Amino acid sequence: MATVAAVIASTHHPFYYRASTATGEDRPPFADEWVAKIDAFRETLTRARPDVLVMVGSDHFHQLWLDNMPQFLVGKAPYYDGNFYNEEREFGLPRMRLAGHEDLSRYLLREGIDAGFDLAFSNELRIDHSITCPIITLRPQADLPIVPVYTNIFAPPMPQPTRFVQLGKTIRALAESWPSHARVAIIGTGHLSLELGGPRQFGPHGPDPQFDRKAVSWIGSGDLASALAEVSLDSLWKPGNATHGFMDFLLMMGVAGENVKADYADSLDLFHTMEAYFTWYPEAAA
Amino acid sequence: MSRYLLDKFLYTIDRDPELVERYRRDPRGTVTWWEAERANVILGSHPAEASTWLAFTDAEREALASQDHVALFELGAHPFLTLTLFIALFERDHPEPLSYQREYAARLAHWTLPHPDIST
Repeated sequence: MATVAAVIASTHHPFYYRASTATGEDRPPFADEWVAKIDAFRETLTRARPDVLVMVGSDHFHQLWLDNMPQFLVGKAPYYDGNFYNEEREFGLPRMRLAGHEDLSRYLLREGIDAGFDLAFSNELRIDHSITCPIITLRPQADLPIVPVYTNIFAPPMPQPTRFVQLGKTIRALAESWPSHARVAIIGTGHLSLELGGPRQFGPHGPDPQFDRKAVSWIGSGDLASALAEVSLDSLWKPGNATHGFMDFLLMMGVAGENVKADYADSLDLFHTMEAYFTWYPEAAA
Repeated sequence: MSRYLLDKFLYTIDRDPELVERYRRDPRGTVTWWEAERANVILGSHPAEASTWLAFTDAEREALASQDHVALFELGAHPFLTLTLFIALFERDHPEPLSYQREYAARLAHWTLPHPDIST
Protein backbone atom coordinates (compact mmCIF):
# COMPACT_ATOMS: atom_id res chain seq x y z
CA MET A 1 0.00 0.00 0.00
CA ALA A 2 1.08 3.56 -0.63
CA THR A 3 2.35 5.81 2.15
CA VAL A 4 0.88 9.24 2.82
CA ALA A 5 4.16 11.04 3.38
CA ALA A 6 2.74 14.52 4.02
CA VAL A 7 -0.52 16.42 4.12
CA ILE A 8 -0.17 20.10 3.30
CA ALA A 9 -2.73 22.89 3.35
CA SER A 10 -2.07 26.47 2.42
CA THR A 11 -3.36 29.62 0.84
CA HIS A 12 -2.42 30.26 -2.80
CA HIS A 13 -1.43 33.87 -3.26
CA PRO A 14 -1.04 34.51 -7.00
CA PHE A 15 1.25 37.52 -6.33
CA TYR A 16 3.95 35.41 -4.65
CA TYR A 17 5.75 34.55 -7.87
CA ARG A 18 6.06 38.18 -8.95
CA ALA A 19 6.91 39.43 -5.44
CA SER A 20 9.57 36.78 -4.90
CA THR A 21 11.27 37.30 -8.26
CA ALA A 22 11.13 41.11 -8.31
CA THR A 23 14.35 43.04 -7.79
CA GLY A 24 15.37 46.62 -7.03
CA GLU A 25 12.61 49.18 -6.83
CA ASP A 26 10.02 46.65 -7.98
CA ARG A 27 10.62 44.39 -4.98
CA PRO A 28 7.92 44.96 -2.36
CA PRO A 29 9.08 45.56 1.24
CA PHE A 30 7.46 42.37 2.52
CA ALA A 31 9.06 40.11 -0.11
CA ASP A 32 12.09 38.96 1.90
CA GLU A 33 10.03 37.85 4.91
CA TRP A 34 7.55 36.12 2.60
CA VAL A 35 10.31 34.27 0.73
CA ALA A 36 11.88 33.14 4.03
CA LYS A 37 8.54 31.73 5.19
CA ILE A 38 7.98 29.96 1.88
CA ASP A 39 11.51 28.49 1.96
CA ALA A 40 10.81 27.01 5.40
CA PHE A 41 7.41 25.73 4.25
CA ARG A 42 8.96 24.14 1.15
CA GLU A 43 11.37 22.20 3.34
CA THR A 44 8.39 20.52 5.03
CA LEU A 45 7.50 18.88 1.71
CA THR A 46 11.07 18.18 0.64
CA ARG A 47 11.87 16.24 3.81
CA ALA A 48 8.81 14.01 3.25
CA ARG A 49 10.46 12.68 0.04
CA PRO A 50 7.23 12.40 -1.99
CA ASP A 51 6.96 10.51 -5.28
CA VAL A 52 3.57 11.82 -6.38
CA LEU A 53 1.43 14.83 -5.45
CA VAL A 54 -2.36 14.91 -5.14
CA MET A 55 -3.18 18.59 -5.71
CA VAL A 56 -6.51 19.92 -4.45
CA GLY A 57 -7.55 23.29 -5.85
CA SER A 58 -10.37 25.15 -7.56
CA ASP A 59 -10.54 26.38 -11.13
CA HIS A 60 -11.22 30.14 -11.18
CA PHE A 61 -13.49 30.15 -14.26
CA HIS A 62 -10.68 29.16 -16.55
CA GLN A 63 -11.53 25.83 -18.14
CA LEU A 64 -14.62 24.96 -16.08
CA TRP A 65 -17.63 27.06 -16.93
CA LEU A 66 -21.24 27.55 -15.90
CA ASP A 67 -22.68 25.59 -18.84
CA ASN A 68 -21.23 22.36 -17.44
CA MET A 69 -19.99 22.88 -13.89
CA PRO A 70 -18.70 19.92 -11.88
CA GLN A 71 -18.76 20.05 -8.07
CA PHE A 72 -15.76 17.74 -7.67
CA LEU A 73 -13.51 16.73 -10.55
CA VAL A 74 -10.41 14.54 -10.80
CA GLY A 75 -7.95 15.00 -13.64
CA LYS A 76 -6.80 11.89 -15.45
CA ALA A 77 -4.28 12.82 -18.09
CA PRO A 78 -0.62 12.12 -18.85
CA TYR A 79 0.18 15.85 -18.74
CA TYR A 80 -1.34 19.09 -17.47
CA ASP A 81 -0.47 22.41 -18.97
CA GLY A 82 -0.66 25.17 -16.43
CA ASN A 83 -1.71 28.81 -16.15
CA PHE A 84 -3.81 30.93 -18.47
CA TYR A 85 -3.36 34.16 -20.40
CA ASN A 86 -5.26 36.20 -17.82
CA GLU A 87 -3.04 34.85 -15.01
CA GLU A 88 0.04 35.73 -17.03
CA ARG A 89 -1.47 39.17 -17.60
CA GLU A 90 -2.52 39.94 -14.04
CA PHE A 91 -0.01 38.04 -11.91
CA GLY A 92 2.94 37.44 -14.23
CA LEU A 93 2.63 33.67 -13.75
CA PRO A 94 4.73 31.52 -16.10
CA ARG A 95 3.37 28.84 -18.40
CA MET A 96 4.12 25.39 -16.98
CA ARG A 97 3.67 21.72 -17.83
CA LEU A 98 3.35 19.01 -15.21
CA ALA A 99 3.30 15.26 -15.67
CA GLY A 100 0.20 13.39 -14.56
CA HIS A 101 -0.06 10.11 -12.66
CA GLU A 102 -2.80 8.24 -14.48
CA ASP A 103 -2.69 5.14 -12.33
CA LEU A 104 -3.45 7.10 -9.15
CA SER A 105 -6.06 9.16 -11.03
CA ARG A 106 -7.77 5.97 -12.19
CA TYR A 107 -7.73 4.57 -8.65
CA LEU A 108 -9.14 7.73 -7.05
CA LEU A 109 -11.91 7.91 -9.65
CA ARG A 110 -12.98 4.27 -9.52
CA GLU A 111 -12.77 3.91 -5.76
CA GLY A 112 -14.05 7.42 -5.05
CA ILE A 113 -17.14 6.83 -7.18
CA ASP A 114 -17.70 3.49 -5.47
CA ALA A 115 -17.31 5.22 -2.08
CA GLY A 116 -20.24 7.52 -2.86
CA PHE A 117 -18.70 10.53 -4.64
CA ASP A 118 -19.96 10.85 -8.22
CA LEU A 119 -16.69 12.43 -9.31
CA ALA A 120 -16.44 14.17 -12.66
CA PHE A 121 -13.25 13.58 -14.61
CA SER A 122 -11.21 15.34 -17.25
CA ASN A 123 -8.80 13.82 -19.76
CA GLU A 124 -7.57 17.21 -20.92
CA LEU A 125 -7.24 19.72 -18.12
CA ARG A 126 -5.30 22.95 -18.02
CA ILE A 127 -4.62 23.76 -14.39
CA ASP A 128 -4.74 27.26 -12.96
CA HIS A 129 -2.99 29.11 -10.14
CA SER A 130 -4.84 27.22 -7.40
CA ILE A 131 -2.55 24.31 -8.32
CA THR A 132 0.42 26.02 -9.96
CA CYS A 133 0.97 28.41 -7.01
CA PRO A 134 1.63 25.58 -4.55
CA ILE A 135 3.92 23.96 -7.14
CA ILE A 136 5.83 27.26 -7.34
CA THR A 137 6.05 27.59 -3.55
CA LEU A 138 6.51 23.94 -2.53
CA ARG A 139 8.11 22.19 -5.51
CA PRO A 140 9.39 24.79 -7.95
CA GLN A 141 11.39 22.22 -9.89
CA ALA A 142 7.97 20.77 -10.86
CA ASP A 143 9.49 17.33 -11.25
CA LEU A 144 6.81 15.12 -9.67
CA PRO A 145 3.67 13.71 -11.29
CA ILE A 146 0.39 15.08 -10.02
CA VAL A 147 -3.27 14.19 -9.71
CA PRO A 148 -5.36 17.36 -9.76
CA VAL A 149 -8.60 17.42 -7.78
CA TYR A 150 -10.85 20.41 -8.41
CA THR A 151 -13.66 21.58 -6.15
CA ASN A 152 -16.36 24.15 -6.77
CA ILE A 153 -15.93 26.96 -4.23
CA PHE A 154 -16.91 29.62 -6.70
CA ALA A 155 -20.27 29.11 -8.36
CA PRO A 156 -23.47 28.60 -6.34
CA PRO A 157 -24.98 26.12 -5.74
CA MET A 158 -21.93 24.58 -4.07
CA PRO A 159 -21.63 21.40 -2.00
CA GLN A 160 -22.05 21.72 1.76
CA PRO A 161 -18.93 22.19 3.95
CA THR A 162 -19.41 18.72 5.44
CA ARG A 163 -19.14 17.26 1.94
CA PHE A 164 -15.70 18.80 1.52
CA VAL A 165 -14.61 17.21 4.80
CA GLN A 166 -16.00 13.82 3.73
CA LEU A 167 -14.20 14.02 0.40
CA GLY A 168 -10.98 14.83 2.24
CA LYS A 169 -11.39 11.78 4.46
CA THR A 170 -12.08 9.64 1.40
CA ILE A 171 -9.02 10.92 -0.47
CA ARG A 172 -6.87 10.11 2.56
CA ALA A 173 -8.29 6.60 2.85
CA LEU A 174 -7.86 5.95 -0.87
CA ALA A 175 -4.29 7.25 -0.93
CA GLU A 176 -3.54 4.79 1.89
CA SER A 177 -5.23 1.85 0.19
CA TRP A 178 -3.73 2.49 -3.26
CA PRO A 179 -1.72 -0.60 -4.21
CA SER A 180 1.64 1.06 -4.76
CA HIS A 181 4.92 1.57 -2.96
CA ALA A 182 4.83 5.29 -3.73
CA ARG A 183 5.04 8.06 -1.18
CA VAL A 184 2.07 10.35 -1.71
CA ALA A 185 1.84 13.96 -0.58
CA ILE A 186 -1.67 15.42 -0.51
CA ILE A 187 -1.56 19.18 -0.98
CA GLY A 188 -4.55 21.49 -1.04
CA THR A 189 -4.95 25.23 -1.23
CA GLY A 190 -7.80 27.53 -0.37
CA HIS A 191 -8.49 30.88 1.20
CA LEU A 192 -9.00 32.42 4.58
CA SER A 193 -11.25 35.51 4.56
CA LEU A 194 -11.10 37.05 1.13
CA GLU A 195 -13.02 39.62 -0.85
CA LEU A 196 -12.67 39.95 -4.62
CA GLY A 197 -14.68 42.45 -6.62
CA GLY A 198 -16.48 43.84 -3.56
CA PRO A 199 -16.22 46.83 -1.21
CA ARG A 200 -13.84 45.12 1.24
CA GLN A 201 -11.19 44.06 -1.30
CA PHE A 202 -7.48 44.91 -1.14
CA GLY A 203 -7.50 46.39 2.35
CA PRO A 204 -4.40 46.49 4.59
CA HIS A 205 -5.33 43.02 5.96
CA GLY A 206 -7.79 40.32 5.02
CA PRO A 207 -11.40 41.51 5.22
CA ASP A 208 -12.09 39.64 8.50
CA PRO A 209 -8.99 39.21 10.72
CA GLN A 210 -11.12 37.70 13.49
CA PHE A 211 -12.32 34.94 11.16
CA ASP A 212 -8.72 34.39 10.04
CA ARG A 213 -7.50 33.96 13.61
CA LYS A 214 -10.23 31.42 14.35
CA ALA A 215 -9.66 29.60 11.06
CA VAL A 216 -5.91 29.31 11.65
CA SER A 217 -6.63 27.86 15.09
CA TRP A 218 -9.17 25.35 13.74
CA ILE A 219 -6.80 24.16 11.02
CA GLY A 220 -3.72 23.95 13.22
CA SER A 221 -5.53 21.89 15.84
CA GLY A 222 -7.68 19.85 13.44
CA ASP A 223 -10.76 21.18 15.20
CA LEU A 224 -13.37 20.14 12.65
CA ALA A 225 -16.18 20.20 15.22
CA SER A 226 -15.74 23.92 15.95
CA ALA A 227 -15.17 24.79 12.30
CA LEU A 228 -18.28 22.96 11.10
CA ALA A 229 -20.35 24.38 13.97
CA GLU A 230 -19.57 27.93 12.83
CA VAL A 231 -19.26 27.61 9.07
CA SER A 232 -22.10 27.20 6.59
CA LEU A 233 -22.66 28.07 2.94
CA ASP A 234 -24.57 31.15 4.13
CA SER A 235 -22.13 32.22 6.84
CA LEU A 236 -19.12 32.15 4.53
CA TRP A 237 -20.33 35.23 2.65
CA LYS A 238 -19.82 37.29 5.81
CA PRO A 239 -16.02 37.20 6.22
CA GLY A 240 -15.62 38.14 2.54
CA ASN A 241 -17.32 37.31 -0.74
CA ALA A 242 -14.65 34.79 -1.83
CA THR A 243 -14.34 33.05 1.56
CA HIS A 244 -16.00 29.84 0.31
CA GLY A 245 -12.43 28.95 -0.62
CA PHE A 246 -12.09 28.09 3.06
CA MET A 247 -13.94 24.88 2.20
CA ASP A 248 -10.76 23.61 0.55
CA PHE A 249 -9.08 24.01 3.94
CA LEU A 250 -11.96 22.01 5.45
CA LEU A 251 -11.31 19.31 2.85
CA MET A 252 -7.65 19.25 3.86
CA MET A 253 -8.62 19.02 7.54
CA GLY A 254 -10.57 15.93 6.51
CA VAL A 255 -7.42 14.58 4.87
CA ALA A 256 -5.30 15.35 7.94
CA GLY A 257 -7.81 13.85 10.37
CA GLU A 258 -10.09 15.15 13.10
CA ASN A 259 -8.23 16.70 16.05
CA VAL A 260 -4.85 15.94 14.52
CA LYS A 261 -2.55 18.82 15.30
CA ALA A 262 -0.44 20.16 12.45
CA ASP A 263 3.25 19.35 12.76
CA TYR A 264 4.09 22.68 11.16
CA ALA A 265 2.02 25.86 11.15
CA ASP A 266 2.91 29.35 10.05
CA SER A 267 1.08 32.42 8.81
CA LEU A 268 1.80 35.84 7.38
CA ASP A 269 -0.47 38.85 7.61
CA LEU A 270 -0.34 40.52 4.19
CA PHE A 271 -2.32 43.26 2.52
CA HIS A 272 -5.52 41.86 1.02
CA THR A 273 -5.42 38.46 2.74
CA MET A 274 -3.72 36.38 5.42
CA GLU A 275 -1.36 33.67 4.25
CA ALA A 276 -1.34 30.38 6.18
CA TYR A 277 0.80 27.25 5.86
CA PHE A 278 0.26 23.84 7.52
CA THR A 279 1.95 20.45 7.26
CA TRP A 280 1.08 17.12 8.86
CA TYR A 281 3.22 13.96 8.84
CA PRO A 282 0.89 10.97 9.21
CA GLU A 283 3.81 8.52 9.37
CA ALA A 284 5.17 10.07 12.56
CA ALA A 285 1.75 9.75 14.20
CA ALA A 286 1.22 6.14 13.09
CA MET B 1 -32.66 38.79 -15.51
CA SER B 2 -29.79 36.93 -17.15
CA ARG B 3 -26.92 36.82 -14.71
CA TYR B 4 -25.58 33.83 -16.58
CA LEU B 5 -25.27 35.85 -19.78
CA LEU B 6 -23.57 38.75 -17.99
CA ASP B 7 -21.06 36.27 -16.62
CA LYS B 8 -20.65 34.69 -20.06
CA PHE B 9 -19.81 38.06 -21.58
CA LEU B 10 -17.24 38.85 -18.89
CA TYR B 11 -15.73 35.35 -19.12
CA THR B 12 -15.42 35.18 -22.89
CA ILE B 13 -14.00 38.70 -23.22
CA ASP B 14 -11.56 38.26 -20.33
CA ARG B 15 -9.89 35.15 -21.74
CA ASP B 16 -9.22 36.60 -25.19
CA PRO B 17 -6.51 39.29 -25.45
CA GLU B 18 -7.95 40.73 -28.68
CA LEU B 19 -11.42 41.03 -27.21
CA VAL B 20 -10.08 42.69 -24.06
CA GLU B 21 -8.54 45.43 -26.21
CA ARG B 22 -11.60 45.69 -28.41
CA TYR B 23 -13.87 46.09 -25.37
CA ARG B 24 -11.56 48.75 -23.94
CA ARG B 25 -11.50 50.64 -27.26
CA ASP B 26 -15.17 50.30 -28.19
CA PRO B 27 -17.30 49.15 -25.27
CA ARG B 28 -20.74 49.77 -26.72
CA GLY B 29 -19.89 48.38 -30.15
CA THR B 30 -18.32 45.27 -28.60
CA VAL B 31 -21.41 44.59 -26.50
CA THR B 32 -23.71 44.98 -29.53
CA TRP B 33 -21.53 42.68 -31.66
CA TRP B 34 -21.17 40.13 -28.86
CA GLU B 35 -24.89 39.92 -28.13
CA ALA B 36 -25.65 39.43 -31.84
CA GLU B 37 -22.83 37.01 -32.69
CA ARG B 38 -21.60 35.32 -29.53
CA ALA B 39 -24.25 35.32 -26.82
CA ASN B 40 -25.85 32.11 -28.07
CA VAL B 41 -22.69 30.19 -28.87
CA ILE B 42 -22.42 27.12 -26.62
CA LEU B 43 -18.74 27.12 -25.70
CA GLY B 44 -18.29 23.35 -25.77
CA SER B 45 -20.34 22.74 -28.95
CA HIS B 46 -19.97 23.17 -32.69
CA PRO B 47 -20.94 26.76 -33.66
CA ALA B 48 -23.87 25.48 -35.72
CA GLU B 49 -25.42 24.00 -32.57
CA ALA B 50 -26.07 27.37 -30.96
CA SER B 51 -28.72 28.32 -28.43
CA THR B 52 -31.65 30.47 -29.55
CA TRP B 53 -32.85 32.31 -26.44
CA LEU B 54 -30.12 34.26 -24.71
CA ALA B 55 -30.38 38.07 -24.56
CA PHE B 56 -29.49 40.86 -22.14
CA THR B 57 -32.05 42.97 -20.34
CA ASP B 58 -31.76 46.68 -21.10
CA ALA B 59 -30.12 47.32 -17.71
CA GLU B 60 -27.58 44.57 -18.26
CA ARG B 61 -26.70 45.75 -21.76
CA GLU B 62 -26.26 49.31 -20.51
CA ALA B 63 -24.10 48.26 -17.55
CA LEU B 64 -21.73 46.45 -19.91
CA ALA B 65 -21.79 49.18 -22.57
CA SER B 66 -20.99 51.86 -19.98
CA GLN B 67 -18.41 49.61 -18.22
CA ASP B 68 -20.10 50.37 -14.91
CA HIS B 69 -18.71 47.90 -12.37
CA VAL B 70 -21.04 49.17 -9.63
CA ALA B 71 -24.08 48.43 -11.79
CA LEU B 72 -22.68 45.01 -12.70
CA PHE B 73 -22.18 44.24 -8.99
CA GLU B 74 -25.77 45.27 -8.27
CA LEU B 75 -27.08 43.14 -11.14
CA GLY B 76 -25.37 40.09 -9.61
CA ALA B 77 -22.55 39.58 -12.11
CA HIS B 78 -19.93 37.32 -10.55
CA PRO B 79 -17.59 39.75 -8.73
CA PHE B 80 -14.48 37.75 -9.58
CA LEU B 81 -15.19 37.90 -13.30
CA THR B 82 -15.95 41.63 -13.24
CA LEU B 83 -12.85 42.43 -11.19
CA THR B 84 -10.49 40.36 -13.31
CA LEU B 85 -11.66 41.87 -16.59
CA PHE B 86 -11.80 45.43 -15.26
CA ILE B 87 -8.24 45.16 -13.92
CA ALA B 88 -7.20 44.19 -17.45
CA LEU B 89 -9.11 47.15 -18.87
CA PHE B 90 -8.19 49.93 -16.46
CA GLU B 91 -5.28 49.11 -14.16
CA ARG B 92 -2.90 50.47 -16.82
CA ASP B 93 -4.41 53.94 -16.34
CA HIS B 94 -3.52 53.93 -12.62
CA PRO B 95 0.28 53.74 -12.25
CA GLU B 96 0.33 53.46 -8.43
CA PRO B 97 0.21 49.72 -7.48
CA LEU B 98 -3.28 48.59 -6.35
CA SER B 99 -4.68 52.11 -6.64
CA TYR B 100 -7.21 50.97 -9.26
CA GLN B 101 -8.31 48.02 -7.08
CA ARG B 102 -8.78 50.35 -4.09
CA GLU B 103 -10.73 52.89 -6.08
CA TYR B 104 -12.89 50.05 -7.42
CA ALA B 105 -13.67 49.01 -3.84
CA ALA B 106 -14.36 52.59 -2.73
CA ARG B 107 -17.02 52.97 -5.42
CA LEU B 108 -18.80 49.97 -3.84
CA ALA B 109 -18.42 51.27 -0.28
CA HIS B 110 -22.13 51.97 0.10
CA TRP B 111 -22.77 48.21 -0.06
CA THR B 112 -23.11 46.26 3.17
CA LEU B 113 -24.14 42.63 3.63
CA PRO B 114 -25.91 40.88 2.15
CA HIS B 115 -24.46 41.54 -1.27
CA PRO B 116 -26.60 40.95 -4.38
CA ASP B 117 -27.31 37.33 -5.27
CA ILE B 118 -24.78 35.94 -7.77
CA SER B 119 -26.31 32.51 -8.24
CA THR B 120 -27.06 31.54 -11.84
